[in-house]
Amino acid sequence: MRKIFTALFVVFFGIVLLLGISRTIPLTKYEDKIVPTSAGGAFIEKKVNITTENYKDYKDVIFGETRDAETGSANMVTSVVVNYRAFDTLGEITVLFLAAVGVSLLMGGSGKKKRLGKSGFILKTAAGILFPVMLITGIYIFTHGHLTPGGGFPGGSMIASSFLLLYLADEKFELKLKGFKVAEGVAGTLFIVIGAVGLMAGGYFLMNFLPTGTVGNLFSAGIVPIIYVLIGLKVGSEITGVLSDMMTVEVHE
Amino acid sequence: MIRLASLILILIGLYGVFSTRNVIKILVGVNIMELGVNIFIISIGFVNGGLAPILTSGSFSSALNFVDPLAQAIVLTSIVIGLGITTLGLVFARKIHVNYGTYDLSKIGGGSDD
Amino acid sequence: MMELLNILEWGVSILLIFFALAAVVSKKLLTSIIFLSVLSMAAVAAFALLRAPDVAVTEAVIGSGLVTFIFVTSIRGLRKAGDSI
Repeated sequence: MRKIFTALFVVFFGIVLLLGISRTIPLTKYEDKIVPTSAGGAFIEKKVNITTENYKDYKDVIFGETRDAETGSANMVTSVVVNYRAFDTLGEITVLFLAAVGVSLLMGGSGKKKRLGKSGFILKTAAGILFPVMLITGIYIFTHGHLTPGGGFPGGSMIASSFLLLYLADEKFELKLKGFKVAEGVAGTLFIVIGAVGLMAGGYFLMNFLPTGTVGNLFSAGIVPIIYVLIGLKVGSEITGVLSDMMTVEVHE
Repeated sequence: MIRLASLILILIGLYGVFSTRNVIKILVGVNIMELGVNIFIISIGFVNGGLAPILTSGSFSSALNFVDPLAQAIVLTSIVIGLGITTLGLVFARKIHVNYGTYDLSKIGGGSDD
Repeated sequence: MMELLNILEWGVSILLIFFALAAVVSKKLLTSIIFLSVLSMAAVAAFALLRAPDVAVTEAVIGSGLVTFIFVTSIRGLRKAGDSI
């Protein structure tokens, strides 16, 4: 009875929602690319829908050659997340920190861990091979966040997944979490210290005050790789602590 | 077509939240809704014939070549916050299980013990 | 080439809707959680088709390893792992 009422309500609400959205955004077609016809002379695409002539003078950023661009990072999503909207990233780190503190307050009581059962021979052997590979891949992903897709958040999560693999493979494995918590605190504090240095050196909080080098080098784009390394370490140690807390067995009263 | 599928995903998640009495299945429904919203936001920034927003040595760097990178930056934040919400929700569910012995919401009275 | 992309879009959309319905309708809890993990993989395919590699890598790492483990370790206390309403 409840399911039938819920299904009718969802169908009715869905029809209203889809009809309302389809008036402003087309639901099955995407926009076409705008190609200027008189700019630079380098475009040979012919998929022209709207021709425009305001794009005559734009600066072409060439990978490996351009020096001192505005952001300097080859990954545009990174330059949006860390350079132009760095304050939103600070807010996201705060929300993740709140969730980790909440989990640790509510679940960290008894300290006894219950494992998921005995692991077989294949898991033990494979974990010994896979753990260093996953760790190095995670570190690679967050140090090269301004050149290749990825960044601090998937890199840190991959580090936490590699420690989870060690927990699952061996029954008597326990991590000492003191070093992780120190690393997390230091990384978060350094983020705010770098922002304050930007405030003192120039105009605004989290300003990019280091020189942005050649686009495409490893040491380029100012403070962007430094902040992504800090975010990667902080997120990795935080999620490791959360996973270790979720495995504790609670005391039934 | 993926835009329409993401809207239907939001509606399926809404049905999943309302039609069950088990706390864990409610959290599964919330997760499905979050996936639908993320796919919808990215499908708004998509341009026919656009490239992925990363500069390589082969493509021109004019802004008209790429899909919208701002939508992807927003969804990157949203995925990580969704993980935090799921974790905290499951911790609350486990505390309900410790106190009442069941995950069934209809066996937990509410507001009648004062 | 346009026909292949069109077929891929239709395929990914139908897989997304099918796995979401299976996750919501199924009676056992463990089945719901496994279908949620597979739905996350289909969403990674959708992100890759929509030219978003950053988001695809993030969703692959978070949706497959961490969320599934957190869900499974919460239903361990039930008498059978298929206990459900």
